[in-house]
Amino acid sequence: MKALQFRRNVPRFAAARLAGSLTPGGGAAVGPLRLTDLEPPTAPGPDWVRVRPRLSGICGSDLATIDGRSARYFEPLVSFPFVPGHEVVGDLDDGTRVVLEPVLGCVSRNLAPTCDPCAAGHLGNCEHTTFGDLEPGIQTGSCHDTGGGWATAFSAHPSQLHPVDDTFSDESAVMVEPTACAVHAALVAGVTDGAVVTVLGAGTLGLLTIAALRTFANPRTIVATARYPSQRRLAAELGADLVVEPDGIRRAVRRATGSRAISLDRDNGAVDRLSGGTDVVIDCVGSSASITDALAITRPRGRIVLVGMPASVTLELTPLWHREIELVGAYTYGTETLPDGSTARTFDLATGLVQAADLGRLVSATYPLHRYREALEHAAAAGRRGAVKVAFDLRDEKEREALMEMST
Amino acid sequence: MSNNGHLAPRPGFVLDVDRSSPPIVFHHGEGFRLEKLPADRTRVIYPAEPLEGLADPDGAIRHALLNPLGDSEPLPALLHPDMKLTIAFDDISLPLPPMRRPDIRQRVIEAVLDLAAEAGVDDVHLIAALAIHRRMTEDELRHAVGDRVYDAFAPSGRLYNHDAEDPDGMVVLGQTPHGEDVQFSKRAAESDLVVYVNINLVAMDGGHKSTATGLSGYTSLRHHHNVHTMLNSRSFMDQENSALHASNWRMGKVLRDADVKIFQIETTVNNNTFGREGPMSMLQKREWEWSPKDRVGFLAMQQGLKLMPAKARRKAFSSWLAPYELTSVQAGEVEAVHEVTTANVYKQQLVPVEGQTDVLTMGLPYICPYNVNSIMNPILVMCLGLGYFFNLYRGKPLVREGGVLIMGHPTPWEFHPVHHPSYIDFFEQVLTDTTDPAEIEKKWEKQFAEDEWYIHLYRTSYAYHGAHPFYMWYWGAHALQHLGRVIVVGGDVAAVRRMGFQPASTLQDALEMATDVVGPQPTITHVKNPPIFMADVS
Repeated sequence: MKALQFRRNVPRFAAARLAGSLTPGGGAAVGPLRLTDLEPPTAPGPDWVRVRPRLSGICGSDLATIDGRSARYFEPLVSFPFVPGHEVVGDLDDGTRVVLEPVLGCVSRNLAPTCDPCAAGHLGNCEHTTFGDLEPGIQTGSCHDTGGGWATAFSAHPSQLHPVDDTFSDESAVMVEPTACAVHAALVAGVTDGAVVTVLGAGTLGLLTIAALRTFANPRTIVATARYPSQRRLAAELGADLVVEPDGIRRAVRRATGSRAISLDRDNGAVDRLSGGTDVVIDCVGSSASITDALAITRPRGRIVLVGMPASVTLELTPLWHREIELVGAYTYGTETLPDGSTARTFDLATGLVQAADLGRLVSATYPLHRYREALEHAAAAGRRGAVKVAFDLRDEKEREALMEMST
Repeated sequence: MSNNGHLAPRPGFVLDVDRSSPPIVFHHGEGFRLEKLPADRTRVIYPAEPLEGLADPDGAIRHALLNPLGDSEPLPALLHPDMKLTIAFDDISLPLPPMRRPDIRQRVIEAVLDLAAEAGVDDVHLIAALAIHRRMTEDELRHAVGDRVYDAFAPSGRLYNHDAEDPDGMVVLGQTPHGEDVQFSKRAAESDLVVYVNINLVAMDGGHKSTATGLSGYTSLRHHHNVHTMLNSRSFMDQENSALHASNWRMGKVLRDADVKIFQIETTVNNNTFGREGPMSMLQKREWEWSPKDRVGFLAMQQGLKLMPAKARRKAFSSWLAPYELTSVQAGEVEAVHEVTTANVYKQQLVPVEGQTDVLTMGLPYICPYNVNSIMNPILVMCLGLGYFFNLYRGKPLVREGGVLIMGHPTPWEFHPVHHPSYIDFFEQVLTDTTDPAEIEKKWEKQFAEDEWYIHLYRTSYAYHGAHPFYMWYWGAHALQHLGRVIVVGGDVAAVRRMGFQPASTLQDALEMATDVVGPQPTITHVKNPPIFMADVS
């Protein structure tokens, strides 16, 4: 079968880091990622099934890996070589169309009893991602044993699969996984009624988070940053009340919250930080600059939610200390507690949101697997090129049909 | 001999451009452009030459104070020892550019203070009547009132800037029959006499506007500094047809009914903006009359400006002080005084012009009322071109309805952070939402006007009030409604587009673009302003 495989190769990793720093997505050409022919995956356990992807999305974390920007934190949490791809809609051999919930928790690792987070339904917080029957891997797409979505087939545990209604297009279905991340972030944020929420970044996650906030919380105002015109338009369409360029966020939040500005030079009109600020920041960028902005605009005792993967950052944390700001992470999904106290699977909430807000329209471009370099470069420059989600389209791959014939 | 060897100043003039006409100097921010205008369909309107200044300004001022107009006693008769006297004066926005020392305000205030001293008046306050403009700095106040007055009053807190957001310093005196609240300085309202010292640079200034606007606040201003008023003024520079003027006059009656006694002193200056002699003098001459010295001087100035860094260029222009001369001074009852003042303004500024044009061109200078010692940001460029210059007409606009306005200015995407903080947000947040003045007024004005930080900066720093950028935009509302297109030559492309205008690199490109709206071979009128003039369009 055809697959994009990521191998452990330190020189190529360094080359990817250099190329990626020059041209986002440039790591695809020189890094450890290779298009290759592999044997069809063997099931890692008795219950496992084969999934033949139809669409498989490219995520910001994938791009960080391809461009050598991932934190070393992940090294013990993945197993090489692996096939990336965790945003997947695909077919089972019996023809059922499914969406993948890629987290590899205790159940898929055949661990009993499960860890406390898995028992509570918080799969993303699984404590055993390096144990059990599988090689290490926090998700499908980073585990050698399972394979990943950037291939014509991979293995999945039934607990990871969600059948897709016929009314759902493949484009909508492939948006369910990133939407689930956004729903989780919006709920982790703990937005109280009438709060002012600021979303930094209007890439896929930022846009989806705005949509999730509008559906699952009741903020008075959502302020968002967007660098490009198409992002500005979509952010407003999906529910942001005020969309500004990143440079303007301190001024915008100051106005939206009625705060005063604090200038490094007293009263010189510069907005270096705010006297009050936004109740919550959801940072979908995860850079030193964005977290610094977040600290400058969050009110005392407010909350910053990191959704964008931050890797290594340099920060002045005095405002965090002085203003008693909470800094929390939001990773993947599991089970959510809604404002009314009820609980629901994040994927179920996300599925409903994708349909209600027609989020399939955010899939801007698809590529066959062999044009992976173009695809990754497009995804890395999505905002600038007026795109949101870029995905691999495997529906017409010959190997996919061949696998089907083999199975019958 | 005063004006280029002519015995008497010549009136304004309309030049019909032909093939022999020389290139015309266009102001272009902190620089100039020489533009060759199309022959046989272009006219250039030149201001009148500067009127002669009064030979004895101090004598004229004293005469005016002793011989008031209208229903007013001479100033000495209004002064008595136990009274509370407030002297209010025009702020940094007048005149433009700032004038050489001694400023007219200094001359008038010193004369008033002499009389007050003679009458034994002790309780005297001097207030810069800036409404919601930025506060004046010590240097600016010293320039306006003179060191002697400043040193006598400022240290004891008796010379200060008006504060329209001081909850303890403002009072509402009533409403006009139109439901307009009249908010006023409490100190002025409680005074036995308010002496207002005005410099009337354009026909809009002065009269009841001096006090009803200058000593008021947002509560009052919102009733006339709005889109409705601007759209119902033809133009706001023409008192007979200005809703802005009418509203201020209604408020003036409320002040009178509230027993606020005002002794109005109005002055006019000539248009000797750049000097009859000196390095800038060619700018107020007609190009075909330039001497070889003027030509060499202009070329040298152009070259020098090109070599200067932007900051140095700005500083050089900001340091220019106009050698304006006092042409009239009148004092007494507000309306009687203002009638004479207006006639004197017109005497210098009115230029008869026959008929409208398809395309109106203008070169915008480096200064407008709101960027003295500051930066001419894009919103102020809009205000100067579409607000002030477009509205400097009586009768009909110079350009026909649906015509094109072409204005040249670098329009830098640059803001003075201390003076114009609310402008930055207006440009970044409001204009990205809409450029429609009515929509802007409805959706955004109140929240900017009531923004605590802007109010804090207005009161304690040197910032224009949060509502001020809105008023700048409204100032252009009549032009925006009237025109088919606005083109900015030589401006920052992104800034020009942000405002909803079209950018052009050259005047020729702009004229070509204008034909899309007004058709081929349009008639063109260029306003050679400054020095300031007002077109009397028949």
